[in-house]
Amino acid sequence: MERFAALIDGLVYTRSRDTKVRLIADYLRDTPDPDRGWALAALAGTLSIATVKNTAIRAMADERFDPALFRMSRDYVGDTAETVALLWDQLPHLPGTRPPTLGEVVDLLNNASRARAPSLLAELMDRLDANGRYALLKLASGGMRVGISARLAKTAFAQSFSLSVDDVEEVWHALRPPYTELFAWGEGKTERPDPSKTAFFRPFMLAHPLDDVTVDLADFAAEWKWDGIRIQIASTGSETRLFSRGGDEVSGAFPEIAAAFDGVGVVDGELLVRGEVQGGEAASFNALQQRLGRKTVTPAMQAEYPVFVRLYDILFDGEDDLRAQPWHRRRSQLEAFVASLDPVRFDLSGIIEARDFEHLAEIRGGSRDAAIEGVMLKRRDAPYLAGRKVGLWYKWKREPLVADCVMMYAQRGSGKRSSYYSDYTFGCWSEDGSLLPVGKAYSGFSDEELKWLDRFVRNNTVARFGPVREVEKSLVLEVAFDAVHESKRHKSGIAMRFPRISRLRRDKPADEADRVDTLKAMIG
Amino acid sequence: MWIDPSRPAERALVTHGHADHARSGHGTVWATPETLAIMALRYGTEMGTPMSYGSGFEAGGVKISFHPAGHVLGSAQILLEHAGERVVVTGDYKRRADPTCELFEPVPCDVLITEATFGLPVFTHPPIEGEIAKLLESREANREGCVVVGAYALGKAQRVIAELRRAGYHEPIYIHGAMQKMCDLYEAHGIALGELVIATGLPKAALRGALIVAPPSALNDRWARRLPDPVTAMASGWMRVRQRARQKNIELPLVISDHADWNELTETLLELRPAETWITHGRTDALGRWCDLHQLKARALDLVGREDEDEG
Repeated sequence: MERFAALIDGLVYTRSRDTKVRLIADYLRDTPDPDRGWALAALAGTLSIATVKNTAIRAMADERFDPALFRMSRDYVGDTAETVALLWDQLPHLPGTRPPTLGEVVDLLNNASRARAPSLLAELMDRLDANGRYALLKLASGGMRVGISARLAKTAFAQSFSLSVDDVEEVWHALRPPYTELFAWGEGKTERPDPSKTAFFRPFMLAHPLDDVTVDLADFAAEWKWDGIRIQIASTGSETRLFSRGGDEVSGAFPEIAAAFDGVGVVDGELLVRGEVQGGEAASFNALQQRLGRKTVTPAMQAEYPVFVRLYDILFDGEDDLRAQPWHRRRSQLEAFVASLDPVRFDLSGIIEARDFEHLAEIRGGSRDAAIEGVMLKRRDAPYLAGRKVGLWYKWKREPLVADCVMMYAQRGSGKRSSYYSDYTFGCWSEDGSLLPVGKAYSGFSDEELKWLDRFVRNNTVARFGPVREVEKSLVLEVAFDAVHESKRHKSGIAMRFPRISRLRRDKPADEADRVDTLKAMIG
Repeated sequence: MWIDPSRPAERALVTHGHADHARSGHGTVWATPETLAIMALRYGTEMGTPMSYGSGFEAGGVKISFHPAGHVLGSAQILLEHAGERVVVTGDYKRRADPTCELFEPVPCDVLITEATFGLPVFTHPPIEGEIAKLLESREANREGCVVVGAYALGKAQRVIAELRRAGYHEPIYIHGAMQKMCDLYEAHGIALGELVIATGLPKAALRGALIVAPPSALNDRWARRLPDPVTAMASGWMRVRQRARQKNIELPLVISDHADWNELTETLLELRPAETWITHGRTDALGRWCDLHQLKARALDLVGREDEDEG
């Protein structure tokens, strides 16, 4: 555990990507199984210890510390695990017990009942120093927050054993922590693991935003970008599984899709809701989001929002890997493939026929279908490649809507932004001249603007409610958002989709900010 | 008469030389000779009556005296006595030994007006020896580059330098040009800092293997860009919180503070057991809560103008 804690500590304070990769690679090479596999899983975000949640950590803390002092500390530090690790220094120290290994920690916690987990965690805490405690809590609660993406962790693994990261990526999702087969392959003791008999996730191909460039439609095909949930379906015939963007399995949340899929292969598409509700697409998006988080869903939920998948691409037809084929070949293969699927649950994302780029811009500008988020441009001769590759796929979103709103409340951020007031609730004017909250945003501003906003909040606080500060209603924020939809949960009757701060309007008086009615008129 | 007034006052008692406590433009100032010297250095000629530790004077029936606070050179607590009642204003203070200033002296009182900069139980400052050892290790591991330590120009910088000397480091220490006058002032008051070299303007090659002390604001500034492969360190009590260190792009956090940590704050209260505690700045709510839990009467004063979230 000490070596893992030292690694985490090193990663927290290292800025350079190369140095991070080197630190991880060194650790993976020099640490025995299964510890290094658990560490790799923790860094890549694939380790989940079901019995330990933040609530268990909080329960453990409440037993040992005054809850009010804990809450104030947590509010300041911005991270539960770090707060507890720091507070533990206040407790009397036990005489030198042997610190547990990483493997022991994972085994103990995985085998503990939910009721036993908090006390077990506390016993482990007592056996570790401050760094070890931090690493333990981070490990147990899931989010390492050391500025490492799953991709970077895999890159480090590849580097430590001189492999190509794409080769690692190809089998990664078929393997489980502590990745003993992966390390055996890395050390040259075995062949690369062969997962072809299972239904597993292949990394999605992603798009860059189309910024101020035009493309030639002779080289690029255009299709609609649908506003649902990107999904991959992988089936061996005997087993069908659904995966979300990050490779998390979501089969349980959408059983009707898995049941209806009777092809063999791997396809890429967008999960949407059919019928009337499609008109109010954002509401359906919310319904999808709610289902996404569930392990199982009720028949009532399935009936209320009938889901289907609009297919974009095909990666495997049967056992044929089509990913190296150009897009236009995969497209004709996909068209043939979809024809054999249940049309209630699966259809094809259509190609937009445009004469040229200007014509496409016109079509995009005129698209009023609320389920459309924008346009995708795909290079006709491009293979299907994992990740975001330059020049192959572009997303061209519809222009965002904007409104001038007034800041009402602010809350401190978490993680890198702890101690900064970085989450803002803003409102618009109602009929009777009062401000009603219409949304909350915590992005879109620069670091400089954040400092200014933080100072504004501190100097203009009129009331405090726990971690929330109410501010003088004087600052106008220009807010950009993708859509507005009706919402019964909000007093203003509306909710924004993806709101972010686009500009600080320090020049604009608050009473000239927009009215709720103006936003209502944008519901589309 | 005011204590550490945040705007110009006719008559001001000043606890120590940091800018958020010692402002310019007062009429008459009472402060320790060291604090007056610091104010003179910062603001030009500053009128003042020097008050050495333990000495006092009377004004309007109140006896006023100055006592060591252990924060920085010349820092003082101020004791006010009237009709048998004793009020102590701690200013900023710490309880640990510091080669650059007098040790804090506990002053029995009825009302203690205390700071609470690090008034949260997450803040415990480790012994400084370990932090200095980390700094020296990092310097040893980066002989081809350099290590630059962000430290307040008044107090922290001189303490870090003096502690490096105490740890047996006798090579020249490089400093940011803006620190020279304050270091000279410390030397003039008998605080030996060893050989100091101004880093500003030196070529890259001359700074390889160097240990450099600079004001925190210089770390992310153009000034730091000319340094050869620097490891960026920061000496501050805030460095205890990882995410704070990350926000400031610090690679080597050194938890070195001139303020009392949580244990020092609470132990001081238990030692003095004042009838009442007023908390001026910092994490007032948490220290207030602790007082409640320990049956000590306390209230928070919402003072404006203190840099409660800045370096400490």
